[in-house]
Amino acid sequence: MPSALTVTNLRKSFGAVHAVAGLDLEVPQGTCVGLLGPNGAGKSTTMRMLTGQTRADAGTITALGWQLPRESKQARAQMGVVPQLDNLDVTLSARDNLRIFARLYRVPAGERDAAVARGLEIARLSDRGEALVGALSGGMRRRLLIARALLHGPRLLLLDEPTVGLDPQVRQELWAMISGLRTEGTSILMTTHYIEEAERLADSVTIVAAGTAVDAGPPAELVARHAGVEVREIYGPPARLGEIEAQAQAAGFATRRTGTSIAVLGAEGAGDRLPAGEVRAARLEDVFVKLTGEEVV
Amino acid sequence: MTVAPSEAASRGDESPGRDPARDPSPEGERLRRIEWDAITGVMMREIINFRAAWKQNAFASTVQPVVYLLAFGLGFGQLVDKVDGHDYIDYVSTGTVATAVLFATAFSAMFGSFVKREFQRTYDAILSTPVDVEELVTAEVLWLAVRGGLFGSFPVVVGICFGLDPAWTTVFVPLVAMLTGFGFAASGTLISAVVRSIDDFSYVTSALFTPLFLVAGTFFPLTGLPLSLRIAAELNPLHHCVELVRDCTFGDLDPTDLARVGALLLFAALMWWGAVNRTRKRLIA
Repeated sequence: MPSALTVTNLRKSFGAVHAVAGLDLEVPQGTCVGLLGPNGAGKSTTMRMLTGQTRADAGTITALGWQLPRESKQARAQMGVVPQLDNLDVTLSARDNLRIFARLYRVPAGERDAAVARGLEIARLSDRGEALVGALSGGMRRRLLIARALLHGPRLLLLDEPTVGLDPQVRQELWAMISGLRTEGTSILMTTHYIEEAERLADSVTIVAAGTAVDAGPPAELVARHAGVEVREIYGPPARLGEIEAQAQAAGFATRRTGTSIAVLGAEGAGDRLPAGEVRAARLEDVFVKLTGEEVV
Repeated sequence: MTVAPSEAASRGDESPGRDPARDPSPEGERLRRIEWDAITGVMMREIINFRAAWKQNAFASTVQPVVYLLAFGLGFGQLVDKVDGHDYIDYVSTGTVATAVLFATAFSAMFGSFVKREFQRTYDAILSTPVDVEELVTAEVLWLAVRGGLFGSFPVVVGICFGLDPAWTTVFVPLVAMLTGFGFAASGTLISAVVRSIDDFSYVTSALFTPLFLVAGTFFPLTGLPLSLRIAAELNPLHHCVELVRDCTFGDLDPTDLARVGALLLFAALMWWGAVNRTRKRLIA
């Protein structure tokens, strides 16, 4: 399958901080790839390098066949970007925000009105097109940001933490929207630190920690590879949990602390080699914590 | 999940541009380095924003110079009869064009670009589209120059209301104001890209812009100043603006004015170049 985006050995440091330290990443055309990592893993820096707004120290980026940053402008003409931070013009109406960007994205003059109307429809703001953005709710603004990035029918969509800070209901709305785009064949790269978001939307997940990819693959494969089929959650007082953890690790099992319990990964077939506990299916969350050492937000 | 690199990419000697083995879809029209569509797109944003707040903008840009005009022109006008052969109020009304241009361009550029870059993240949004820094800066400076040309000419209109008899060459005043405004809008953008904090603009206003407009020949002729200050004034773009506006309004144009236009063009070009480079450094780390 041809690639919409290929990133090889990407590096970026700010002084002594290595924000991105040799990242490899691939987004096959027509798929959604999740870049999953904790805060500070280098996801947003990577996104800025993909739009030419941060210069890499080393590595190569090919987006839609264009070499970045040299041909970033050509690539940006065919990409849509949804930033983590809302940068809409709050003193302008939703319609004016879209009109301006339709022009910046070089939508032909005769097609601009239709593109703006379609954008308002995507954002489900057709009846609030004249409303000032400052008066819209957080969810509406986030939908408008996504619609703004879609005005020119991009072939690659970059979503930087698309649902961060939104309430669960709005998050689900946006998931449906992103899922629809993927179904229509738009290639998507989405950074997130929400496990469920990556699990639901991404065909493939690249888990990043400290600026580098620690593993990549479809969520189910990652789960099977790192957490097996079942996880046994064993509860007990803190002192007892320490003992159980040592016992499980001595028996060759990977474990993770979940606050009130010890989760033993790949526990299928462990039988009575482990204390009794609550058995559940292994999840991407288990893989994330195991690979990044970070607790889930 | 990996994709085999194309032959050219494997050799590491692929030519610039798309790699068709990786991306077989048809190539779109290649964008030029500076595109008029990008410039007009950014200007359109400014115009739409301006439309939403034109009264406040017009008030801020015109009232202050008019206050100077009335205070100096009518106030000192009672003490001073004529300067360089002109009524003092006519002398001041033509001089304050430069002040109005400064207020309408440099200050707007300084604060506006800082807020859009650091607080509103507007520049991040624009640069994620096929717009580059030189197009962004050119568009914003151009728009401020147009605005400065219109607002900057306002004191001459006020002067006419107070009895100024303009020569036909007064029609060039907005063009002089625009040219001056382009340079000062670019200098405001440059300063905004250099300072660390928005509070640093106080230093710039007090130590740079205030002396510039006081020693531009706005309120008094420079001929009485020491030689060193007169030489320094020749390096002051506002002084060239003041002289050009007076010569246009009083119908005294001569070949020296061509040199003044040249000086303003040079100032505009240098400031634009500085603004583009410093803004790029600030935006693209």
